[in-house]
Amino acid sequence: MAAITLTGLSKTYPNGHVAVRPLDLRIEDGEFLVMVGPSGCGKSTLLRLIAGLETPTGGRIVVGDVDVTAHPPQRRDLAMVFQSYALYPHMSVRENLAYGLKVRRTDAATIARQIGSVAEALDIEELLDRRPAQLSGGQRQRVALGRAIVRKANAFLLDEPLSNLDPSLRAQARAELRRLHRLLGTTVVYVTHDQEEAMTLSGRIAVMRDGALEQVAPPLEIYATPANTFVARFIGAPPMNLLPAAVAGIDAPAGAVAGIRPHDVRVGTEGARRATVDLVEPRGPDCVLHLHLDGSNTPLLAVVSSAAPPAIGAVVFVTLPPDRLHVFDQRDGSRLGAHT
Amino acid sequence: MTARPAAIVLAVAGALLLAALLFPIYWMVVASLMPESRLFESRSLLPTAVTFEHYRALFDERDFLVPIRNSLIVSGLTTIVAVPVAALCAYSLARLRMRGKSLLLAFVLAVSMFPQISIVPPLYLILRELRLLNTYPGLVLPYLTFSMPLAIWLLTGFFRQLPRDLEEAAMLDGATRMRTLRDVVLPLAAPGVASTAILTFLYCWNEFLFALSFTLGPDRYTVPVAIMLFRGRYQVPWGEVLAATVLATIPVALLVLACQRRIVAGLTVGATKG
Repeated sequence: MAAITLTGLSKTYPNGHVAVRPLDLRIEDGEFLVMVGPSGCGKSTLLRLIAGLETPTGGRIVVGDVDVTAHPPQRRDLAMVFQSYALYPHMSVRENLAYGLKVRRTDAATIARQIGSVAEALDIEELLDRRPAQLSGGQRQRVALGRAIVRKANAFLLDEPLSNLDPSLRAQARAELRRLHRLLGTTVVYVTHDQEEAMTLSGRIAVMRDGALEQVAPPLEIYATPANTFVARFIGAPPMNLLPAAVAGIDAPAGAVAGIRPHDVRVGTEGARRATVDLVEPRGPDCVLHLHLDGSNTPLLAVVSSAAPPAIGAVVFVTLPPDRLHVFDQRDGSRLGAHT
Repeated sequence: MTARPAAIVLAVAGALLLAALLFPIYWMVVASLMPESRLFESRSLLPTAVTFEHYRALFDERDFLVPIRNSLIVSGLTTIVAVPVAALCAYSLARLRMRGKSLLLAFVLAVSMFPQISIVPPLYLILRELRLLNTYPGLVLPYLTFSMPLAIWLLTGFFRQLPRDLEEAAMLDGATRMRTLRDVVLPLAAPGVASTAILTFLYCWNEFLFALSFTLGPDRYTVPVAIMLFRGRYQVPWGEVLAATVLATIPVALLVLACQRRIVAGLTVGATKG
């Protein structure tokens, strides 16, 4: 187990594509850090840089006290779970789990013991003699996870490990991952494009865009005080509404944008602003309303209870509580603070 | 019902093609069993009389086991050397990051494009200086120069098709490149490796020009050279030639049948998400 420190780490591909801009990040020992961002933001490249599967253009990677920047993946002692699981198809589950230990010349008794305990923890004991092709998606995912944890590596790197699972299995696997992390206490770097996964799993979220870190903070902090409009709209579903300050009815410096989360928009029969309902999306416990404020074409999302949702085309009144407003700079999107 | 006529046409075309491919082999077997005197008389597709005289003559009078043994040794040695070396070369070309990779591949291909006859004289001189004329290495070495490019190209293609994730997983598990090649890449590319081995073996088994040029006597003749030299001054013993070709086909057919199972087995099924 070890902390991972990235200093000025960057990656530019030979074709000129900048995948990761120089960034600094310290992942504490035992932390569960989730890197999240839209596809192509560089989060997978960053993970592969840490793993040693890509060579950085600049910067350093330190695992524990060891500078591993120049080390090949074999010498970093990190374990990785791939999006495709990458189980060795010609080996049984048992051989898959044993491979990393065998390569490191672990003695047979220790291998058997460790496989036994991992198989028990992941409930895959009865699968040990099967081949990967004979497993379901959820079982393969558990075996891939088992192959990572059986080795007691410095840290676990997970690249969208749940994205190939059915939604019903995914929630279960998420809970399983958290339980395992509490049990093992190993440093985890987890890459996903799913903001909900990031929120529920992480100790800290690192939001990436265009190869740069936009904000690194615990999930609720990111949700409550997003550093800029990108983070504000990426974290939280449905995304935060962004309105010109004048439309939101606040006095803010010129060129400011007001943001408000759909859950904070109050919709009722009386209120400050008239709005028309364009679309109603029932989600079960609540409904998402697509509105536009009268007198402006600004679209506005609101979440209301599904008890008695308004009809499409209905006129409603909305209130934007001032204490729920976020204020951003219009030019670079950076946070100017909460409206007071 | 619209697919029906198309299916019939395809089946008929397939049957015709198969017949065209198999007929020479059938005729070779039939003719090898007919007495020499009947060979050019009958127009029958079925043998009019059966004799094993030609086969007996091959072993009693011509000692045909020697060329078979020579061919097996030369083809086997070439295959055993060519496939592992080509595998190493192909894996580097398929996966390692290096400059001029495509140039190197093009060069490898170019080497195999020389007309064989053009390099017979220089090779002859080299082999003579090395005192390798009329020896097994004297055939294996030239065969390697012609079979390796093919093997490298085939294997590079097979290796490139394998999911990269698996090799990366092995490297994170701590395996070196060589160990990854041995434990993960080769087992998964086994069908491709087997096909490459068969093609290399076949190439050497059928090779004629080098074998004729670099062997000096019956003790080192390979099968194609031996068969060609059956012809006497006044006549060609067609019955024995055909019996010899039947015998020369058998090891190859056995080899392909033995490897077929490996080739067909879809080993990579379920490797990644599915």
